[in-house]
Amino acid sequence: MDFGPFLLLALMEGLVTAAVLALTASGLSLAFGIMRVVNVAHGAFFMLGAVLAWFVSQWVPGPAALSFAAALVICPLIVGGIAALADTVVLKRLNYEPEATIVATIGLLYILEQAALSFFGPDARPVPAPLNFRIQLPWFGYSGYKLMVVVGAALVLLAVWLILRHTKAGLVMRATQIDRDTARAFGINVDRVYAGVFAMGAGLAAIAAVLIVPIQQAHYLMGGDPLLLSFIVVIIGGLGSLRGTLVAALLIGLSDGVISTFFAPTLAKIIATLVVALVLVFRPQGLFGTRAA
Amino acid sequence: MAAMTLLQARGLTRHFGGLKAVDGVDFDLGEGEIHALIGPNGAGKTTFVSLLSGRIPVQSGTIRLKGRDITQLPAHARVRAGIAYTFQITQIYAALSVFDNVALAAQSRHSHHLKDDAMEALAGVGLEGRAGQTAGTLSYGHQRLLEVAMGLALKPKLLILDEPTQGLAQGEIETFKGIVRGVVPEATVLLIEHNMDVVMDLAQRITVLNFGNVLATGTPEAIRADRAVQTAYLGG
Amino acid sequence: MKADRALVLHLGVLAVLLALHFTAPAYHHTNIARIMVLAIYAMGYNIAFGYTGLLSLGHALLFGAGLYGAGLLVYHADASAPVAIIAGLLAGGAMALAVGLLALRTAGVAFMIVTLMFAQAGYLTVLYFGSYTRGDEGIVIPRAARMLWGLDLSDDNTRYLIALALFATALLANLALAQSRFGRIMVAMRENEERSRMLGFNPFTVKLTALIVSGLYSGLSGAAYGLMFGYVGASLASVQYSILPLLYVLLGGAGTVLGPFLGALLMFYLIDYASAVTDAHQFVTGAALVLLILFAPKGILGTLRARGLKWLP
Repeated sequence: MDFGPFLLLALMEGLVTAAVLALTASGLSLAFGIMRVVNVAHGAFFMLGAVLAWFVSQWVPGPAALSFAAALVICPLIVGGIAALADTVVLKRLNYEPEATIVATIGLLYILEQAALSFFGPDARPVPAPLNFRIQLPWFGYSGYKLMVVVGAALVLLAVWLILRHTKAGLVMRATQIDRDTARAFGINVDRVYAGVFAMGAGLAAIAAVLIVPIQQAHYLMGGDPLLLSFIVVIIGGLGSLRGTLVAALLIGLSDGVISTFFAPTLAKIIATLVVALVLVFRPQGLFGTRAA
Repeated sequence: MAAMTLLQARGLTRHFGGLKAVDGVDFDLGEGEIHALIGPNGAGKTTFVSLLSGRIPVQSGTIRLKGRDITQLPAHARVRAGIAYTFQITQIYAALSVFDNVALAAQSRHSHHLKDDAMEALAGVGLEGRAGQTAGTLSYGHQRLLEVAMGLALKPKLLILDEPTQGLAQGEIETFKGIVRGVVPEATVLLIEHNMDVVMDLAQRITVLNFGNVLATGTPEAIRADRAVQTAYLGG
Repeated sequence: MKADRALVLHLGVLAVLLALHFTAPAYHHTNIARIMVLAIYAMGYNIAFGYTGLLSLGHALLFGAGLYGAGLLVYHADASAPVAIIAGLLAGGAMALAVGLLALRTAGVAFMIVTLMFAQAGYLTVLYFGSYTRGDEGIVIPRAARMLWGLDLSDDNTRYLIALALFATALLANLALAQSRFGRIMVAMRENEERSRMLGFNPFTVKLTALIVSGLYSGLSGAAYGLMFGYVGASLASVQYSILPLLYVLLGGAGTVLGPFLGALLMFYLIDYASAVTDAHQFVTGAALVLLILFAPKGILGTLRARGLKWLP
């Protein structure tokens, strides 16, 4: 294959990565932006979404498309429910004190991974794709499902944006983000908003996982990479900025697709983690954010 | 003034966005004097002393301590150079013992007799009997005194006190006045204070700040008589 | 006197550990040797986190620096064990200096993430240079290289006594540090950085110094661990090994000299016991983290100190 088509293939793969990453990272960004919570268990929520999708594919009879649709609804709900529970039982009691919260979510990560290992087992398991057609380009064929993932992720992100900008729930969230105490004084149930936001963040990770699992297989340790990449995206995009997160996800996803096609993936990860650390040290507002006064 | 100049500020400026918190202030402190800084709320008093102590960087202007330019020195180095600052809102180590609070100040100047120096500073404010107590369990008045003791234990050339009598009872204020009088003339005291009785009683000189500018400087009598001060601040 | 009572307590603990050398059954004998070496690591972590308030999520990088600093020298350059241990110690300190110069420009959550990222980069670097480090599979240190002044580190008895000697040195040095003037400044920095700055202490220098001491401890522990147990692998530099000392310190009591050892001891046996009855030992780690941070953030000794044992260093 010539270089041109090869690059095109790399970019298309990158676009799939970017789409899933944007979904996952926006969940992390949401929790940080509104609640100031750095959720280390975010990758575990992602993994849980994929593992649950496998269970759903086993339980729901009929064509793959049906069980996939069911997973797309059920998994985010269950994962969101677990997140809301964790928020109410643990994070709220810590008064969202940043360092304590991080330690607690590390604990949560261990618990969730253990639960997956105990109930799902150590093996990677495939989940069938809901549709099976290939798009034939002049140089190579490409999975139609992968393109569907990109479209699906974009639709979900659009929905999130609409909810945040144009609904009462979004208004309440933004009010809580600006000033928790004032929001409470205006009669907003901050506890419920927080539980909702945390659930929504985890739910987004779960949707991303359901979308990607037909390509990637479900495994109890699969949360590590999405967590790391989401951190990278959220930090480079500027902590808590949803727009920055999207731009960074596109950038990282595309360059990841290209870089890992041409270079060793381990080296790419080393460079990425170092870049993130240095961004936090020298430009804590992110590459695309503006410094707060 | 016959006394030597301890601290000299020229053209000191700090703006926050459009707000001219401190705007080209010239200011002199004589050695061994008690100098009060007064002015209405928002006049820039705390910003001004923060510039002197280095908590806020200077935008333009110079500060000299005994002739040495300290404008670029970071806050901790200025403390070592002899400028001690006590906070407007009490800042003690609540979880540590009273002794440890003062000992930290004493060891900052590499005291060779840490225990004696710390106890001496505590005795200076009458807290020597509470050395073993956890600082956070002291009454508010005693916490203010501890803060002053930490300032004393630094053996500073200049002790800046930011509203030290705020929230103190009348009896505690009398104790406090005695302490401040005992500090001079070895050290110089710069006092931000709202309580006019304390100011008129303690200060040898007064500087009035208004909207980031010096409105007047002089003896208590002169300030009392100053028309501009009366209209701007003392309410006629 | 306060200092004397503390010294007696710590010497007492060391005496008990020496007595256990002669009385403990073989299985526990090996465990305790391992716990003492890991406790040195936890003590180092505690100097940064417990005393100075620097919550790092990347100490595995410092432990790994010691581990690989010593292991690679022995494996590739046939260095002797004493040289390797000292090299590991210094590697830990040097790595702490490098990380500190950058990471200490941040604070709080950013500091946690930056240290986490540096440690992750370090772990990946070990994997990337797999031809030298043998990556996940790891290096098995041959018995011949595990000789310390004629003493065979792979021998159980020798290993225990060497571990005890290193642990005792580290513990007493930690005690002296905690009761020193610098110890007081570290705590001051943790309790109120702005106040400390306005008492004339440079926050950056104080924190960097504490981090370097922490790195020396971690490096020593990593080097000793590799040589005594004969294995140097990437998993020992993974994020789990950053969380481990945090867990030990939280359990035993942050900012106490004996807390890291107590935490390491209890946690080791808790996981050991849990592994015997179920394979869900990760659950124990996770639940312990959540429960401690929720209900006992001061840990065992920290709680005791708050409840009346004020003299506990």
